[in-house]
Amino acid sequence: MAELVLDSVSQAYARRQIIADLSFTLPEGAIGCLLGPSGCGKTTALRCIAGFEPIQSGSIRIGGETVSRPGWMLAAEKRRIGMVFQDYALFPHLTVAGNVGFGLRDAPRPTRETRVTELLELVGLAGQAQHYPHQLSGGQQQRVALARALAPRPRLILMDEPFSNLDVELRERLSLEVRDILHREATTALIVTHDQHEAFALADWVGVMHEGRIQQWDTPYNLYHEPANRFVADFVGQGALLPGEVINDHQVEIELGVLDGHIPIDCGTGGCAACMRHCTVDVLLRPDDIIHDDDSLLLAEVENKAFRGADFLYTLRLPSGQRALSLVPSHHDHAIGEKIGIRLAADHVVAFPRS
Amino acid sequence: MPATVDPNPPVKAPLGGAFVWAGRRAWLLSALAIAALVLVPVVVTFSAFLDIEGEILAHLAEFVLPDLLANTFWLVLGVGLGVSVLGVSLAWLTAMCEFPGRRLFDWALLLPLALPAYVTAFVAIGLLDFTGPLQTWLRANWNLTGLPEIRSRGGVILVMSLALYPYVYLIAKNAFATQGAIALEAAQSLGLSRWRGFFRVALPMARPWIAAGLMLALMETLADFGTMAVFNYDTFTTAIYKAWYSLFSLPAAAQLASILILLVLVAVVFEQRSRAKMRYGAVGRSAATRRIRLAPPFAALALLYAGTVLAVAFVIPVVQLALWAREVIATDLDTRYWEFAWHSLLLAGMGAAGVVAVALLLAYAGRQRPGPAMMWTQRVATLGYAFPGAVLAVGLFIPVAALDNWVIGIGQTWFGFDGTDILKGTLLVMLLAYLVRFLAVGFGPVDSGLHRITRSIDEGARSLGAGTGELLARVHLPMLRASLFTAATLAFVDIMKEMPITLMTRPFGWDTLAVRVFEMTSEGEWTRAALPSLAIVVAGIIPIILLTWRGTHTHG
Repeated sequence: MAELVLDSVSQAYARRQIIADLSFTLPEGAIGCLLGPSGCGKTTALRCIAGFEPIQSGSIRIGGETVSRPGWMLAAEKRRIGMVFQDYALFPHLTVAGNVGFGLRDAPRPTRETRVTELLELVGLAGQAQHYPHQLSGGQQQRVALARALAPRPRLILMDEPFSNLDVELRERLSLEVRDILHREATTALIVTHDQHEAFALADWVGVMHEGRIQQWDTPYNLYHEPANRFVADFVGQGALLPGEVINDHQVEIELGVLDGHIPIDCGTGGCAACMRHCTVDVLLRPDDIIHDDDSLLLAEVENKAFRGADFLYTLRLPSGQRALSLVPSHHDHAIGEKIGIRLAADHVVAFPRS
Repeated sequence: MPATVDPNPPVKAPLGGAFVWAGRRAWLLSALAIAALVLVPVVVTFSAFLDIEGEILAHLAEFVLPDLLANTFWLVLGVGLGVSVLGVSLAWLTAMCEFPGRRLFDWALLLPLALPAYVTAFVAIGLLDFTGPLQTWLRANWNLTGLPEIRSRGGVILVMSLALYPYVYLIAKNAFATQGAIALEAAQSLGLSRWRGFFRVALPMARPWIAAGLMLALMETLADFGTMAVFNYDTFTTAIYKAWYSLFSLPAAAQLASILILLVLVAVVFEQRSRAKMRYGAVGRSAATRRIRLAPPFAALALLYAGTVLAVAFVIPVVQLALWAREVIATDLDTRYWEFAWHSLLLAGMGAAGVVAVALLLAYAGRQRPGPAMMWTQRVATLGYAFPGAVLAVGLFIPVAALDNWVIGIGQTWFGFDGTDILKGTLLVMLLAYLVRFLAVGFGPVDSGLHRITRSIDEGARSLGAGTGELLARVHLPMLRASLFTAATLAFVDIMKEMPITLMTRPFGWDTLAVRVFEMTSEGEWTRAALPSLAIVVAGIIPIILLTWRGTHTHG
């Protein structure tokens, strides 16, 4: 268990910048997650931390010890980092117990056996100790991979798209299980994924990556409700951007009414207080910021709808022609083309300069 | 400011970088060295044209070459046609149709691979010759004469086709079983009957596979020495042998060898081009459930056809060998026989060990330093399978002899050394020739085994604290065990069967089973050739069992 610190790390391969100026701190015992579309550099970042790729600038520190710096890296086998691979990379010639015990070769036999048994119980595979990897299901293989990585009590666990080979239902169940296991072992862990549900379910800290850079390193709650930029707003969760006019330094007016809150953008000379309906911004509205209210005088036309079980996600067409999303309990079943009353229910403002 | 002390001074940076760089270069260099070994015989045989002996060349051009070219042309044409028809038709029957005995034929039709063509050849002659049992019986009981002469061009083509069709059969069967089934269903859904679907879809799709198998069979045809010697059918391999032993002319042998290399390279180019077109579709579902159930009369015909091929190409020759062997076992199973067998085992063992070691090195080089340069180097290094043994014997003997002379010359000048050969009389030439010829046989399984060890397996082991040595001992070698075993077995059996290299480069006293077969057959003593042949056949069945077992038992 140890704190992980990346300090403006850059990595380039064949003159192509893969990651640039990457910095974040993952506190000891916390679960972190790098989230981003494919090709954003998140896997490279993970491989740099694991010691499989050199870095060109900055530094990587684990528990205060520098493990990578330009021109030098501690060998992967000396880092005491556990790694769970996308394809699990289980050793096909070893049993489940053999796989889990692989990293414990220096421990005396009784200690090794105790630890293997303990971990197999932790991941719920005590009965499969003598099975071979190909005899296990995908989910079971995943758990063996995790147990194998945890066995030598590493300072840090890295997981590369750990659930991408599993079906959706198993993925959700297993991600909660993994979170439990990691917390019980009190391990610091960093997970790479492109699936925000996975990231939100697992992580204490999430870094959204795009084009080799971290766009925002924050808690899942803040990422959703206070995205730092358009990319994060767009990549995390659903929503629509509506044009708004700044009234003063804590109010913005949009088509649906006036929103109160801090306006986290630069309004030019004089600040937002001097703006008075001159500065226009884009305001992010999440589907839960607009609620359905039959008594409301504000009407919007249902343009599209998606049934999601407990609720409907309506795509609404506002009188101005702008579109917005609204999440409505599923007993409010309205037809496409129908006009329904809506009301603004946002308690803060997320706004970006107009592009 | 010396206030902060760096806990990890980056002293390793330049050194470590140099090691990595030198390491990567060392891999390419060793791969290049292996490839050079393959190129040596080519360069040597072609350089024979630099030193033309007019008389010999004139003799060759006037009396030898026209016959050789004509013989080779008809041989290649006939065998090509024969193996294609036999191989494709049998592959279609066992892969796509259902008839009684299909499961047996599915693997049994590969058995002729265990019989070296030269064995089938002398059994055929022994059986069908004018003085053989069949003709004698026909004359005695029916007063029938005038059966077509077996010692003829047709006879050679027939025997070679029966011996080599499994190359086409095996590869075409895989093509039909994997991609053919799905494509045929698509064709059926578009309104084609299954039989028309065969000609319009399955056969054209399998063409690259069939072509690759055909080219392998033709390379074997061009390389064959034993069968041609038994039939007394003059081709390049026998001509090289004669030039070597009767004319004692290395340049003539080398010049003939270089022409043969040109012919072989044509086949290689075609084979590589076909391979490039082979795209393995998803193996997914097997064709088992969708086989065409043949109606009884057709099923009977299929059974008869497959049964006849199997009987003629394998069962009858083996039974005849066993009968002959029984006749002579009392007199011939003596200490000399065990000496032949021991030599065969020893040479095949040493050769196979060398092949596996070099194949492992070459495959590892490819893993450690991938790239286009390495890919080409590996391609060249594994090209030796195309070179006839007779060519390799000549192409490797010449430089080793030259090296010997050079060393001896130095020895005489400086140390008063007196001798005629150092390396020439050893096993070196022979083992090098085996290595070149059978490296591809060993490389295939080793390389594909190594490819199954993904990069993440390596990284997994390293992240669990395993260094390079440990990675090798605890992960790679255990995972490669089966592949190494396969590679060794295949190389072992091929070397046991091998005839021309052994014949032409063996040191005095190193007679093997194959050499014994050659000596007995060249004197027409079919009965006495049977006992050593039987031992070779028994060894040859092992890789077929291995092949069948792997085909049905490996996952994915």
